[in-house]
Amino acid sequence: MRSHDETMMLQTPFHSRVAKACELNQWDEWKGYTTPAAYTEVEQEYFAVRNSTGVFDLSPMTKYRITGADAELYLNKVMTRDVRKLNPDRVGYTIWCNDAGQVMDDGTLFNFGENNYRLCSYTRVMDWLQWSAMGFDVEIIDETADFGALAVQGPTSCAVLKAMGFKGIEKLKPFGISHFPFEDAEVMISRTGFTGDLGYELWVEPPKAITLWDRLFDAGSNLGIRAIGGNALEMVRIEAGFLQAGVDFVPAEETVRIGRSRSPFELGLGWLVDFDKGVFNGRQALLKEKREGSRYAFVFLDVEGNKPAEHSFILKGNKEIGTVTSAAWCPTAKSNIAFAQIESKYANSGENLTAEIYYQTELKWTRLLAKCHVIDSPVFSSPKRRQTPAPDF
Amino acid sequence: MNKRYDAIVIGAGHNGLTNAAYLAKSGLDVLVLEKNSYIGGATVSRELHQDWLYSNCSYVCSLLRPEITRDLELPRHGLQVVPYGGSVSFCSNGDYFGDYPDHERQYREIARHSIRDANAYERYEADVMKQTRLIRPFLLRTPPDPASLKPRDLKEMKYLMDAFADLGEEGLADTLRFWTMSIADYLNEYFETDVIKAHLAGSGIIGTALGVYSPGTAYVLLHHYMGDVDGTVGAWGFARGGMGAVSDALASSFRSFGGEIRVDSEVEQIIVKGNKAVGVALSSGEEIAANIVVSNLDPKRTFLNIMDEKDLPSDVVSKARNFKIRGSSGKLNIALDGLPTFNGIPKNSPLMQTDMHMLDSLERMERAYDDWKDGTWSADPYVDMLIPSQVDPTMAPPGKHMMTVFVQYAPPQINGRDWTDEDRDAFGKTVIDQIANYSPDFKDLILHCEVRTPREIENEVGLTEGNIFMGELTFDQLLFNRPFPGYAQYRGPISGMYMCSSGTHPGGGVMAAPGANAAREILADLKRPNLVPEAYADD
Repeated sequence: MRSHDETMMLQTPFHSRVAKACELNQWDEWKGYTTPAAYTEVEQEYFAVRNSTGVFDLSPMTKYRITGADAELYLNKVMTRDVRKLNPDRVGYTIWCNDAGQVMDDGTLFNFGENNYRLCSYTRVMDWLQWSAMGFDVEIIDETADFGALAVQGPTSCAVLKAMGFKGIEKLKPFGISHFPFEDAEVMISRTGFTGDLGYELWVEPPKAITLWDRLFDAGSNLGIRAIGGNALEMVRIEAGFLQAGVDFVPAEETVRIGRSRSPFELGLGWLVDFDKGVFNGRQALLKEKREGSRYAFVFLDVEGNKPAEHSFILKGNKEIGTVTSAAWCPTAKSNIAFAQIESKYANSGENLTAEIYYQTELKWTRLLAKCHVIDSPVFSSPKRRQTPAPDF
Repeated sequence: MNKRYDAIVIGAGHNGLTNAAYLAKSGLDVLVLEKNSYIGGATVSRELHQDWLYSNCSYVCSLLRPEITRDLELPRHGLQVVPYGGSVSFCSNGDYFGDYPDHERQYREIARHSIRDANAYERYEADVMKQTRLIRPFLLRTPPDPASLKPRDLKEMKYLMDAFADLGEEGLADTLRFWTMSIADYLNEYFETDVIKAHLAGSGIIGTALGVYSPGTAYVLLHHYMGDVDGTVGAWGFARGGMGAVSDALASSFRSFGGEIRVDSEVEQIIVKGNKAVGVALSSGEEIAANIVVSNLDPKRTFLNIMDEKDLPSDVVSKARNFKIRGSSGKLNIALDGLPTFNGIPKNSPLMQTDMHMLDSLERMERAYDDWKDGTWSADPYVDMLIPSQVDPTMAPPGKHMMTVFVQYAPPQINGRDWTDEDRDAFGKTVIDQIANYSPDFKDLILHCEVRTPREIENEVGLTEGNIFMGELTFDQLLFNRPFPGYAQYRGPISGMYMCSSGTHPGGGVMAAPGANAAREILADLKRPNLVPEAYADD
């Protein structure tokens, strides 16, 4: 039986170090954990990721361990992609849908081999995982609090890890998993991230968290290492074209109003749907949608000018055809990018649209009709992301 | 007969006062008659122990329509509703489940019992919200008569059908299930933990002579979720100064429009001449004439007590007799010498300021209902209990506390005979013992205790069988079937006679919607402009 106090705000295993580094004392809440919005200066944190190494504490990320004789079979039913093709020591980006073929969340699936998986997701999904587990020999455990995790991302991230003594880390392929001894325990390193650049995620049991943090920052001291908060990560993810549940779509089972959820096709994630693998949650509805067409499409827009098109309506001529879900000026790509959900018939590469932007300077509001057009891919994607062996900078 | 009023409203409860306020605002000369020496009916604050104020019937506020609060300027007339957050259920093993208003904290607390349930709550919340969004727009609308071809009824029928059509195929199926299924069955589709199910099921049985496994109780839960405080749907608050502050503000608003209230004036008879209501006769023998008579009494009292059956169509008499208004609740109001201690939570816990419950499984709740069916009060009762004096400084002297304890179940009669004073005291003892099971110092702190069985509630307030909703909130008595088919538009069977009580759509719970909806119909009949506001849009 736990006490009253334990329902108060949670802290990650790195908290004492995070709190010390968080000189601005700007905090957010993420799934019940105290997390920093910014440590020192958002722009500098952003450029650490793009120029050297940024470290983001992603411990609050929801983590499930899925084991049992039917684990692979089961996950193949839950996920839209073919989980059988995900080899041991590999990570796969994946989505899962409800029975109506509407996206509940996206996440990463870690295959540890021998029917042993970890699923990382932004939203909590235990109810759905259990719901879908009927008839399968699987065990599902929420291990969110059992592991601390740091995302170590940026051009010098591999060099930092090498300097820490993780021998051969440069040979780890994108989406690969490797284990290293650390103190008297181990650290698991996956070459994964949310930044569109070279980067790793380090997973460790809570008692080793502080040591990991300290040794990481020692090793990176000459390689431009810097802790980054949620604000900088938001800029990075938009630049790199990553969707965020609850921002760019509403998790399907949490929608109240009809028509507010989205299918994989409507989020530009149709490539993650594999109809050839047999039955999976939402298959029937998605087949129907594929046959009959989608209502909406998710697009990247390149918006003229430098005013972020936050919360903008998207127009075709004078007609409102959609809205922006995320938008930012991208400091590396030097472009003004928006994610938008629009009527599917306008989602053609190069389609010219208009963003209705409202912005204010010194309490004077301006309405701007900015031209924009649909682009095929995110504006930032570093070749380093795919290079093996990974470069030093 | 002396002065002839434009309208007489019988009963100075919150719906009577709301109705009267709109009629007076329209310029009518309106008299409200109240049998008791004080106004408010079941929306009342009473000083029954010196320096203590008891909300001795209704005790918390959420359903009161914000459109009416604003339109009748109730804040200017003294009403302040202070939201409180959450609720707690104590378990027999010494543990508890605390339902915190902060979503993340609520998640962590549910996860303490079951991680799956904590996540399932998000699905549950979304699904219940779908239902509240369906029903809320109807609260300030007159139900259509489905058998009528009048343009307005056809229009309202279309509005109703459109609302259902907007749910989609799956939503429509879910809604029909929701309106007819039991709260236990409903919750079993989401949760695995006993105490969480029991905690949530409470809203499905409060004020209702049904058990958690009885069909129809899921809707009763919705009735407790569809209110809001400042736009937060499902939130509840304390009226500062007790629930009497609601009635006092309504009365003050009514008087500001020139309205008149007479207390100690019990209506014995609605006088009918030539198929038209022409006034009322008081039990004192006095007769008062009026062009319109509005009854804020429940349908049974209206048609079977203060109207002559000979003046009424037989179908109305028989429908009133068959109207389901079974007593199922009791109430304890307690003056405390200090703040009690509860098992498992510290005194500074935010859970201390919330609804407290004592049953930790559906099984125990159903057994409590079994006792009711057996003709006695529950030996292991469900309570909905609060200590508002922690939030509202007007309820008790500093450092002292007022506790309101709503109790489910208490039958209208004990084994087929009337309640006695001894029964009442034994009922009170059962409840106090139940609370003391979870609060070791509770008994020592009791300074005064008012025990109200259905007998006291009926005799003092005038709610038949002590039913707090003035008629059960089951599907057969909702919308255009409330109180009965053919009479859901607030008009009585006699010209000039109207109904405005919680026995009409949309039912009880201190909403003031029946009173306002009835006023809209009366003003329409009088060809006067409508003054009753439209509901705020829920996007």
